[in-house]
Amino acid sequence: MKIELPTSAAPALARRSAVAPKIFEWRAFWPLLALGLILLVDAFISPGFFSIRLVEGRLYGSLIDILYRGAPTAVVALGMAVVIGARGIDLSVGAVIAIAGAVMTELIHGGMSAPAVLLATLFVSLICGLWNGVLVAFLDIQPIIATLILMVAGRGVAQMIDAGTIVTFRSEFFSAISTGRLGPIPSRIVVAAAVYALTWAAMRRTALGLFVESVGANAEASRLTGIDSKFVTVATYLISGVAAGIAGILITSDIRGSDANNAGLWMELDAILAVVLGGGSLNGGRVYIFNTLIGVLIIQSLTTSILVSGLPPEYNLIVKAIVVFFCLLLQARPVRQAVGGMMWAKRP
Amino acid sequence: MQAAKVELIGVSKSFPGVTALDNVDVAFQPGEVHALLGENGAGKSTLIKIMTGALARDAGAVLMDGKPIELGSPAAAQAVGIGAVYQEVNLIPTLSVAANLTLERQPRRFGFISWRKAADDARAALARLDISIDVERPLGSYSLAVQHLVAIARALRDDTQVLVLDEPTASLDAREVERLFAILRDLKARGLAIVFITHFLDQVYQIADRITVLRNGRRVGAAPAAKLPQVELVSLMLGHELQAVEARGAIAEAKAGGEPVLSVKGLGAKRVMAPFDLELRAGDVLGLAGLLGSGRTETAKLVFGATPADSGAIHVGGKPVAIRSPRQAIQLGIGFCPEDRKREGLMLELTVRENIILALQTKRGWLRLLSAAEQEQLASDMIRALAIATPDAEKPVGQLSGGNQQKVILARWLVSNPRVLILDEPTRGIDVGAHAEIVALIRRLCAEGMALLVASSELDEIVAFSNRVAVLRDRRKVAEIAGETIERDDIVQAIAAP
Amino acid sequence: MPLAATIVVFLAIYAFGAVAYNNFLSTLVFGDLLTDNAFVIIAAIGATFVILSGGIDLSVGSMIGFVSVAMAALDAHGWHPLLSGLLMVSFGAMFGGVMGALIDACDIQPFILTLAAMFLLRGLCFVITLDSLPINHPFVAAFSDWRIPLPGGGRLSASALVMLASLAAAIALAHFTRFGANVYAIGGDRNSARLMGAPIRRTMVQVYALGGFYGALAGVAYAFYTGSGYPLAAVGVELDAIAAVVLGGTLLTGGVGYVAGTLFGGLIQGTIQTLITFDGRLTSWWTKIVIGALLFFFITAQRSITRSTALMRRPA
Repeated sequence: MKIELPTSAAPALARRSAVAPKIFEWRAFWPLLALGLILLVDAFISPGFFSIRLVEGRLYGSLIDILYRGAPTAVVALGMAVVIGARGIDLSVGAVIAIAGAVMTELIHGGMSAPAVLLATLFVSLICGLWNGVLVAFLDIQPIIATLILMVAGRGVAQMIDAGTIVTFRSEFFSAISTGRLGPIPSRIVVAAAVYALTWAAMRRTALGLFVESVGANAEASRLTGIDSKFVTVATYLISGVAAGIAGILITSDIRGSDANNAGLWMELDAILAVVLGGGSLNGGRVYIFNTLIGVLIIQSLTTSILVSGLPPEYNLIVKAIVVFFCLLLQARPVRQAVGGMMWAKRP
Repeated sequence: MQAAKVELIGVSKSFPGVTALDNVDVAFQPGEVHALLGENGAGKSTLIKIMTGALARDAGAVLMDGKPIELGSPAAAQAVGIGAVYQEVNLIPTLSVAANLTLERQPRRFGFISWRKAADDARAALARLDISIDVERPLGSYSLAVQHLVAIARALRDDTQVLVLDEPTASLDAREVERLFAILRDLKARGLAIVFITHFLDQVYQIADRITVLRNGRRVGAAPAAKLPQVELVSLMLGHELQAVEARGAIAEAKAGGEPVLSVKGLGAKRVMAPFDLELRAGDVLGLAGLLGSGRTETAKLVFGATPADSGAIHVGGKPVAIRSPRQAIQLGIGFCPEDRKREGLMLELTVRENIILALQTKRGWLRLLSAAEQEQLASDMIRALAIATPDAEKPVGQLSGGNQQKVILARWLVSNPRVLILDEPTRGIDVGAHAEIVALIRRLCAEGMALLVASSELDEIVAFSNRVAVLRDRRKVAEIAGETIERDDIVQAIAAP
Repeated sequence: MPLAATIVVFLAIYAFGAVAYNNFLSTLVFGDLLTDNAFVIIAAIGATFVILSGGIDLSVGSMIGFVSVAMAALDAHGWHPLLSGLLMVSFGAMFGGVMGALIDACDIQPFILTLAAMFLLRGLCFVITLDSLPINHPFVAAFSDWRIPLPGGGRLSASALVMLASLAAAIALAHFTRFGANVYAIGGDRNSARLMGAPIRRTMVQVYALGGFYGALAGVAYAFYTGSGYPLAAVGVELDAIAAVVLGGTLLTGGVGYVAGTLFGGLIQGTIQTLITFDGRLTSWWTKIVIGALLFFFITAQRSITRSTALMRRPA
């Protein structure tokens, strides 16, 4: 049945706000502006900041460094963006990173072939995600609380697998994944880019992204529109779990050993921060994949900038905290309304 | 007539996109129970919230004993002697009864609360209502009836002159209602002005001295209870506003025929809806008529699987089916536009386009995403066909007006191409123009062979587009009116009949 | 009921220790348990108020680190530890108050705002020093040496006494003042509390100020306990504090719980740790796993309780 309806009344088009420039409505504008400002400051304080050199077939430079160091956080943050889009949060990613590292190390020592280790590690992180997802979706526990359990216990599990020591290993395969290069590009940047592409494909090339955002915006309405919101919720935690597993592999391969105490420590906070800095609301409803990446770059370039600026590294956290406060205040609804009100008042 | 205790003059209040109250006058006399009646969205709750300081009015005045008063907060209203028991939120279930009754007025010694004295105060407050319960248990451990009585006890202080009760009897059984009414009669005798909101008409006649009826934010009637027969009251509540729509020629002609698309036998759920039968054929518009609380929404949700049924059978296209969730209903070609758009219908942050394609997408599953071109085509077709006023399809739906939001939900179901469409209050809270368009749309859809089940509190509207009407009362289907001529008065009689 | 469950769990774990190991059931072990966990429990008491109000405070651990470092730095400038401690405690209350005001006025989620505060305070630590600084004032040594002997060879240290005194004060505040009643009301149902006339803004500011106050007091206790300030001190203590609160039977959704439960919640964690060190064969990760398992048990139990009350509330 095709529904053809006459347009009985002409659509009274809501008037577009007079001269509101389109660029301000572009979601990525503010995060990009922040990133641009940080890089601009860098350009002044460190003249060689933007230079990129090719040394022994690999690219070097501050910009490459930002990408290189930001890669694990980016991977975790992408998963976090999906969870937050469905109005959840995953505090356990740091612990999952530690578990993934411990499992991987244990399996390498067990003599398993590298690709099999890779798959098994990802499978274990998937199980971690499933645990979180089941607690949230089926036991109906608040996400913050549900994932707190694995956050606390997960590191213990990782230490148990490691038997309480820092276990090291040698593996050409994993070193190549984390610290090697693919052509001139460091391979972990390629890994992060691949995760980005996969997340993008899952969110934008299947209907999953729409369902995630729909559940995040209004879970009851989603149910009444036929969305299986439990399935969608579990899926978001699975994605986040696997993302944390991938980051765990990168970090563990980097130091060639599993440090259950410190691997991925506070990574959940950086990841959540990246999502928020990218303009994502903790109240769900939107998954901003590209913006989350910018959020990661803001955090990482802040750190790198402080390094190259010659400012002692101890100022790192404090600068980060001040930037975060600023971004939070800018995003707060009452502040926005007040500022918006002032801006409109100036217009005739 | 005595001087009014509290009087509201020309009070108006708007929320973004809705006018909740439009220039309303009402006066509450001491020693009277004044019933405030109206359908959902009529403005009752807004009115009492303004009167009790929980909301600020946009215009008008509130007088107490003839003098204007300003109520900045619920505490300020309590201070001048206006106590209220709200419908949705009253007290805090996790706190003890005594803590609830004494919050912000606990007796203190040397700055520390004396809980023994607080418990005494609480017992004394309850004693005024003849209640004696353990005040140290959490409020949430008592039945809703007791919780309501505790809320009344809190609202009722020594100096209370006006008591506002919003649906206090919704969760009480007959005996408890009787007890509440005895208390109210006693308070009335003590000279209190009591404002009583309810949807139980028989209770209105049991207790109320005066009735004011609100409709779409306006006062449409006010009379002493004795001078307003029930039939007339129902008629007032259900309104006379749809003269604009032409006579219902088209529907009567539409040949509703063939096998039933949807047939429901003995569907019901305990405490939700008594088992009922329904039958819908292609081209049918079955109206669901009844007062607030009669089971209109419940019926719609049972058929759609949104509320699990515990009895009954459903046939779709002649085949027996089990509908246990909205997902299954949608796969079978049933759509549902809920009454509460914001809570149950729309994803406000998502765009018009995304909201429109959502139901079709869930039908297709998550792997087969509609292409961007298809999505844009569907959205722009619907925006044009339903004359949705939006600058483009990428606007978040939360920024549209109520009428246009409703059209977006309708569009969502239309693109999913259902055989049966259930509409719950499709015209609630939308302006007159959009109202007429949606009524016209309903008629066109059924002319094209869709089967519709439409619940509405607007009787004239139901009469205008239905070819059959199921009448509900007290969560029970009490009559089905069919035939060439459906008379408004027949429905009113069926609803009002004892 | 949840409080009883907590006490039963604590007694069971302690009884297990007493049966399994000699000397476990002694005032010596118990006194040390109180002393070693004093600062965590003090921080957890503050967190209890925040959680009861329906919020969360992640800045506690950093606050402890910052206070210890600042006190060490002031010590180097010749300040008396009591004076610098007083300054720190008032700073903590003020800092918390500002957080509470921002959370309520700007409608920012407590989780993310206190997270930023956590970075800020930890950052301040690093700005002051990167190394461990000693606190050399003789008062500190005197404070840690001072103790009340208990029968059976045990002793009640000064920090344990400070902890018990702050607990007593917190119990009085939570259960016997209007402020406390309002905290419970806001955590139980914020909207109802507003309609009932409870001052939301003021209470929110006070709650976070109290959280900051107790966080700073925990920092002072920590500084006295270790006799030093270290910028990486007490990393992650906010989690221990939250876990102590949850194990103490307080609902993370707010409105239900007892401050006294937090003491037992903290003691449960401490006892598990002591048990593991006592054993020698067991390794430290078991602490985390056991606490995680207990958290899981408590949270799911709480969930079933809140579910049944939520059903009660829904109008028919």
